[in-house]
Order: sequence, then C-alpha cells, then structure tokens
Amino acid sequence: MNIGVVLKRELSGYFATPVAYVFIFIFLVLAGVFTFYVGNFYERQQADLVPFFSFHPWLYLFLIPAISMRLWSEERKSGTLELLMTLPLSRWDIVLGKFLAAWLFAGIALVLTFPIWLTVNFLGHPDNGVILASYIGSWLMAGGFLAIGSCMSALTRSQVVAFVLCGFVTLMFVMAGFPLVLDIVRGWLPLSLVDVIASLSFLTHFNAISRGVLSLQDFLYFISMILAWLFATSIVLDLKKGG
Amino acid sequence: MIEVSHLSKHYGDFVAVNDLSFRLVPGDILGFLGPNGAGKSTTMKMLTGFLRPTSGDISIWGSDVWTDTLAAQSHIGYLPEGAPAYEEMTPLGFLNFIAEARGLSGPDRDDAVSKASATMSLESVLNQKIETLSKGFKRRVGMAQAILHDPDVLILDEPTDGLDPNQKHEVREMIKGLSKEKIVIVSTHILEEVTAVCNRVMVLAGGAIVSDGAPEDLLTLSRHHGAVTLELIEITEELTSAFQSLDGVDEVEREDNRLTLMPVSDVTDLFSRVMSFIREKDVTVTAAFVEQGRLDDVFRTLTEGDAQ
Repeated sequence: MNIGVVLKRELSGYFATPVAYVFIFIFLVLAGVFTFYVGNFYERQQADLVPFFSFHPWLYLFLIPAISMRLWSEERKSGTLELLMTLPLSRWDIVLGKFLAAWLFAGIALVLTFPIWLTVNFLGHPDNGVILASYIGSWLMAGGFLAIGSCMSALTRSQVVAFVLCGFVTLMFVMAGFPLVLDIVRGWLPLSLVDVIASLSFLTHFNAISRGVLSLQDFLYFISMILAWLFATSIVLDLKKGG
Repeated sequence: MIEVSHLSKHYGDFVAVNDLSFRLVPGDILGFLGPNGAGKSTTMKMLTGFLRPTSGDISIWGSDVWTDTLAAQSHIGYLPEGAPAYEEMTPLGFLNFIAEARGLSGPDRDDAVSKASATMSLESVLNQKIETLSKGFKRRVGMAQAILHDPDVLILDEPTDGLDPNQKHEVREMIKGLSKEKIVIVSTHILEEVTAVCNRVMVLAGGAIVSDGAPEDLLTLSRHHGAVTLELIEITEELTSAFQSLDGVDEVEREDNRLTLMPVSDVTDLFSRVMSFIREKDVTVTAAFVEQGRLDDVFRTLTEGDAQ
C-alpha cells in the first residue's frame, strides 16, 4: 500500500537524524520533571498517574509543534515536495502517510515513559485500566495536535513560522473551554456557538478520557479532529499548487 | 506522445507561461532554451502535475495530467531543478523509496535500483548519506531516480547545471544513449547543450515560444550563418576595405586578428569567392572557415526583445 511506502520513509527519516533522539530524551525528562516535582507524585500518596497525564496537554503544546513543523515546510524548502508530489502517489497517500509516521513517532515517545508506569505499580496498586485509557487518550490528543501542526506546516516554507502558528492554534484548542478563549467570543457570538467552541476543547475531552472513561464521544471527537485537519492540509497543499 | 494545447500560467497579473501549444512524439529530444524567468521550469512543473495551469490542457500518453494525474505521472521520470533528494537518506534507501512509490517491489525493485545506479555510476556511494555527497553525485542520484522505472517521458530541469565539464559530458551521453522510443525534455540556458543533445529546440521568452525547430535551423537565424571567418597575421585598414568592397560581402567585422565577412543575403558561395580573392592578392591566411551560425547571437536576438 502506498500509504505504507510514505510512512516507512518518513518514520525512518526521524531516526536518521539526531532530532528523534533529542526529542524523545527531552520529552522523557520533562515528563519526569512535571510528574515528580510539579505534580507532587510522591507527596500525593496515591497510586495513580494523574500527575503524569495532567501535564501532557502543556507538554504537547511546545513539543508537538517541534515534530510537526518540519512535515511540509522542510519538504517545500528543500524541493523534495516537488519530487514527492510528482510521484504517482495520491494526495491522501502522502498526507496520511506523513501524519501516521509522526503519530507513530509520538506514540513511541509515549510508550517509552513506561518506567513511570512500572514505578507506580511497584509502589502501590493502581487501576491499570485507567492508566491504559489515559495512555490512549494522550495519544489521541497528540494526534489532534499533530494534525493541526500538519496543516500549519503546509501553509509555510518556514519551519519557525509553522512552529509558532501550530503552538498558537493548539493553545486555542486546549483552552477552548476556558475563560481565556470564551471571554473573547462571548460578547459577539450567539450562546449556542459559544457552547460549540467550548465543546471543542482538547482539555475537556482529554480529562474525561484520563479519568478512565474512554467514551465513544471523546474517541470520535479526536478522530474527527484529526481527519478534519488532515483534510484541511490537503486543501492547503492543493491551493499552493494553483498559486 | 505529449500534447500541450494553449497552456498558460498566471500569477496575479504576471504571465509566467503564455499560450503554449506543442506536440512531441517518441524519439523527440526537446531542448527548452531561454533566459532565466522565461517559463521553462514553470512549464515543466505543469507537465509533471506539480503546478495547476491557469488554462490549457496537457495529455501524456493519452492521460490528462489534471483529471488522470497518477496515470500521467507514472509515464514520467522527472528531475526537478537542483535535483532535490532526502539528504538524510543514503542513495540506496532513497532509490528504494522511489521504486516502491512507483509500485515496484521485491526483485523488480532491486533490479530497477541496481540498473539505475549502474547507469549513473553510483555503486561506490550507495551507502553514504546523500548530504555528504558532492554536487555531481547528488545530481546523478537525481538522474537515477528519474530513470529508475524506465519512463516513456523524461523531464530534466537543468540536468547539467553546476556540473564540471566531464560530468556534463557524461549526462549528455546518457541522454543521447536513451532509447529512441522515449520523449526527453531538457531545459537549459547552456547553448552548446542544445546542439549536443537535442533534435528539437524551443526557445522561450516571456513565457511564449519565440522559435521552434531543429538546432540546425536555429543556427540559420544567426547573422553569422554562412559568414566566412579568416585568421590573419596582420590586418591593415587597406585589407579590410578591400574585403568590404568584395562582391557578395555585406559587412566586415574585426575581432583581434580575425575578420568575419558576412554574406549578402542570397549569396551561398562566399567561401570560394573569398578564397580566390586571397590567392589573387596573395594574402597570408592562417585559418579560414565557414561559420555555422552563433547560438548566442540567436539567443540574444530572439529573447532580448520579449523578456523584460
């Protein structure tokens, strides 16, 4: 399958440079710092991973743009986009293949946090079902971040601009259920639309999942978020073709 | 077969390509010649389906590039300008990826990759990262990925740009050695390249075709076509005016120790007239030849007016 061809090349591209190793290292260090120092993992005296997962949205806010910024900007700048788009591959093969590679990569980084899971199991008797649900929820959320990042990266040939754009847009989505965003729109949007915006919040859906409730609604929310932004990516690529 | 009809590309008010129409059949090696910004690369990007034309149609072996993109693209091997490649990969990994993207797998893929890398003499660097390779090798990697699937149409955007003379020669030989069943389109602003490899030349300026024909025909447009150039040990005023008044000579140009005698338009035997004049006057001449025409002349005349 052609998606597989793109995915394989893209994923091996991550590990061919130090980027992957630096990213994973920083991710693991920060995840640990947040959990143990900011989240007071020990002081809470509770056998769960809430302090670990509750920082993921904030960690993703600047780490995911670092993965996604290169998705299209780098290819556009180095000219390989022209090569890729003139191979007999469909647009979806390319968009999905590249996204899945980035998502798998984020998944690998996430799986490598397993020592924290071992620790909490060593110290007590946590509900591993909740932990599994949280891991899945965190990965789904990473997918949402990455899909937004993919679209932002398709907009520009500058990786820095892609990084900043992605950071901003994802922040808006994380905070969508909070006064920071809602106060801005409340004044001039009908209440029903304000509610729609509030319901788009990453945090609300992630918190539901990380409490151990992997409802179909939250699952569908992240999946449709991903598909919508990938569709937007494909449209942006198409518009750039015409220009 | 390639058919292009009324192809145009506008960027806002700027017209990059203006109403191009042409038809190519197998065996054609077309040279796109023109100054920078003449629309060569833009045309190639539209032929390969990377850019959408503002108007016009392109059909490659019967497949429309816009409605049946993948079918059209599978006929094409393309070397984009600057030979971009995934620099962190090795040529082997890169060529394997291209082969798989072209639908080759298993032994077919391996055969195609080893054949292409042999043609481009890449064997010695196959496992070295592309970013560490010299410009010449990078260009060859780009060529190898373009010819990998033995395409019917080969589109090469400035394939010899930045190469040393030996490498240029190799690339040209490679193009000339391709099967007669293929269509090749090469863009260049190097004039000798056109006469060295192409059997058809299209000169573009300001996005439009200003000349289209065989390279030999292009030379006949030169004002030096059919002129006689003499190398002399000493050139005197007297001699110059003697040549000037010779029957059939339109104009005399002097450059160092050379005199170039331009013929009056319908004179075809200028060389023999000049030679008998030389014998008669006993002038010492170290060399004498008939000019084929000068491409840079033609290039300038054709493109200067149009390309602002």
